[in-house]
Amino acid sequence: MDPERKKVVEHVAVSTFPDEVLERVLVQLKSHKDRSSVSLVCHSWYDAERFSRTHVFIANCYSVTPEIVSRRFPNIRSVSLKGKPRFSDFNLVPPNWGANIRSWLVMFAAKYPFLEELRLKRMTVTDESLEFLALSFPNFKALSLLSCDGFSTDGLAAIATHCKNLAELDIQENDLNDKSGSWLSCFPENFSSLEVLNFANLSNDVNFEALERLVSRCKSLKVLKVNRNITLEQLPRLLIRAPLLTELGTGSFLQEHPACQYSELENAFNKCMNLNTLSGLSEVTALSLPALYPACANLTFMNLSCAALQSGELAKLLVHCPCLRRLWVLDTVEDKGLEAVGSNCPLLEELRVFPTDPFDEDTFHGVTESGFIAVSYGCRRLSYVLYFCRQMTNAAVATIVQNCPDFTHFRLCIMNPWQPDYQTNEPMDEAFCAVVKSCTKLQRLAVSGLLTDLTFEYIGKYAKNLETLSVAFAGSSDWGMQCVLGGCPKLRKLEIRDCPFGNAALLSGLDKYESMRSLWMSDCKVTMNGCRVLAKEMPRLNVEVIKVDGSNESQADKVYVYRSVAGPRTDAPPFVLTL
Amino acid sequence: MEIGSEKEKMGFEETELRLGLPGNGGSTEGEVARKRGFSETEATTMDLKLKLSSKDAGMDLNEKAKTLKKEKNLLTADTAKHHAKAQVVGWPPVRSFRKNMLAVQKGSSEESDNKASGNIAAFVKVSMDGAPYLRKVDLKTYQSYKELSVALGKMFSSFTIVPNNLIWFFNIETGNCGSQGMKDFMNESKLMDVLNSSDYVPTYEDKVGDWMLVGDVPWEMFVDSCNRLRIMKGKEAIGLAPRAMEKCMRNRS
Repeated sequence: MDPERKKVVEHVAVSTFPDEVLERVLVQLKSHKDRSSVSLVCHSWYDAERFSRTHVFIANCYSVTPEIVSRRFPNIRSVSLKGKPRFSDFNLVPPNWGANIRSWLVMFAAKYPFLEELRLKRMTVTDESLEFLALSFPNFKALSLLSCDGFSTDGLAAIATHCKNLAELDIQENDLNDKSGSWLSCFPENFSSLEVLNFANLSNDVNFEALERLVSRCKSLKVLKVNRNITLEQLPRLLIRAPLLTELGTGSFLQEHPACQYSELENAFNKCMNLNTLSGLSEVTALSLPALYPACANLTFMNLSCAALQSGELAKLLVHCPCLRRLWVLDTVEDKGLEAVGSNCPLLEELRVFPTDPFDEDTFHGVTESGFIAVSYGCRRLSYVLYFCRQMTNAAVATIVQNCPDFTHFRLCIMNPWQPDYQTNEPMDEAFCAVVKSCTKLQRLAVSGLLTDLTFEYIGKYAKNLETLSVAFAGSSDWGMQCVLGGCPKLRKLEIRDCPFGNAALLSGLDKYESMRSLWMSDCKVTMNGCRVLAKEMPRLNVEVIKVDGSNESQADKVYVYRSVAGPRTDAPPFVLTL
Repeated sequence: MEIGSEKEKMGFEETELRLGLPGNGGSTEGEVARKRGFSETEATTMDLKLKLSSKDAGMDLNEKAKTLKKEKNLLTADTAKHHAKAQVVGWPPVRSFRKNMLAVQKGSSEESDNKASGNIAAFVKVSMDGAPYLRKVDLKTYQSYKELSVALGKMFSSFTIVPNNLIWFFNIETGNCGSQGMKDFMNESKLMDVLNSSDYVPTYEDKVGDWMLVGDVPWEMFVDSCNRLRIMKGKEAIGLAPRAMEKCMRNRS
């Protein structure tokens, strides 16, 4: 909050609303951005807002302390917290880096005993913390763990055992110690409040009968995503007990037994009239896929990124999914499959194509620029794309963004670093020039391929709404990064790896970093001295360097810079140096 | 190479094209390469740095692009090949749960595909002369040369080269060294026709490293002994024919 602004505003006669009325009105406001704006209007609005806020979203757990949060917001029921930098998903952050939920839980237990919801992303959570959570909050309703680490299925057992009012348990993509599936059997026999259950990424068997009974009891179950150990034969038994299901994640879709059980499956899917989201389908084959068709009429989101579908199979499936808005696939569908997407999904807004064999360079699987072009001709409303491929051309990208100028998220990953336009051998600069010029609403961009500083000149010049930029193996000199820092007014997150950007580039953003959430630079040309200068000039930034074993003393291997009102970390491990 | 009159803070070295092994020139590239966790093939990995700065006054965008293009043309073909073998930490940016999931799936689907032998799959690389990329096939999913040839035909059909002639070659009745098949194969003139034309013939490398014409031995024996497949122009395969026949003779006795 800008103190100058506060002073000016207080001198103007504002509303004479009683605070209680104001609070009643503000309770309707859900968006945290709106609430931030409201809190800046004047002192009484700031107070009204803070008392009426029930959900707080902390995008960087180190930007603020638990004490500061609890002092400002006394009535919180729901917390979302994010911890580690995003590149930790790709093993670029060493283990035990931090972002431990523990100190937050201790504060919550003291100040928010009626806490209901906790959603964590990239945090470290131990079993002890999970048990503490389960025992400390009698009203606890929703736990969501995405990309977290540090816990095992024992912690889940504690949650299942003690959280009597649990409505949501969403365990996604975590690095957990999967000891056994017995946690599921810990839900008490009279427990019936579950509405959301997602254990798709766990690998151990759960007791199927226990799961069946649980689904039976929980009459409000809307979201069920099981792991791959649940077979196609078992699935119908769950489906018939969950008539209100809107989101389904199947287990294995492999038909092991002959056709007699198939009709059971078809019947079950015939009754799934309310499904809008479908995922799972691991080991799916052309034989078992048709059983799904009756359930696809109202699907808006289909996640096939675990299903190695061929192009023909996808084409047949898509005919039954006219309402699709979001589609995730594996590149086994190839360009032909993407042509089918273009032909069958006119309402498509989001497409993600994941690589089957990201590390096998010799074998060409997957999709090329033609698949992407085909989608762009058929799906003019496309606004979000994540595309992994091994070849691309500038001309193709230009065509794509001409067809689809509404992109807000454009993440292109040409998997071989430094790869040029394979037809012209030029750098891919012109591709991203086309993207930033045509897509004026662009908020998120990930670049790849052979790129010179020119790409970044274009980005700085045209990407006026850009908030997140991811860069790897690109650029020619400091100038590239300077262009971005000097040009993108709404930039919040900048993450860079393996680029020739050094101290001059780093320091050119001095005035910018406080308006950003964070900056990450790894394996670039930044030195410890450069970081020290930054830290000295900008005391309200945390400038942290992660030292890697065996590296040069003066090099700053991994640099993480973020604004914070909490001051330097007090829990930093030895390999994190705060300058 | 015209860079521009102002070099300012940069020495000429910075703008010079460099092609060298990691650690050359005292730069940090070598260390960076090691930190990235390159595999043992590091010694053959080339770390290319294109050092062109756009800051040079007096050089507009077009000129820079042209200079860059000139240098790129020198590098491109080599770049892709040389970077191929090194694995960089955290690249491509695929989350670990996804990598593990795919590995597990591949394993289980290979198991379910196995019919006859019930042991592990036999994936071999297939290259075709003139095609820009290789493919991989699991020989265990086919029961005969004919099935294989149909699959290969489909795989490489996207090229202008029409591999219909492959089917001729696999048109061996029994597909083994006995009786009919061998007689067809041994039909010298037929064979020489193919080998003298621009048609394609399939060849394979066996476990000992010899390159053989496909079709000589019984299918099961072929699956067990085949290391990789190469579909080459008939003319190039000429030298193989005599050796193939010798080997088959040896196998029979």
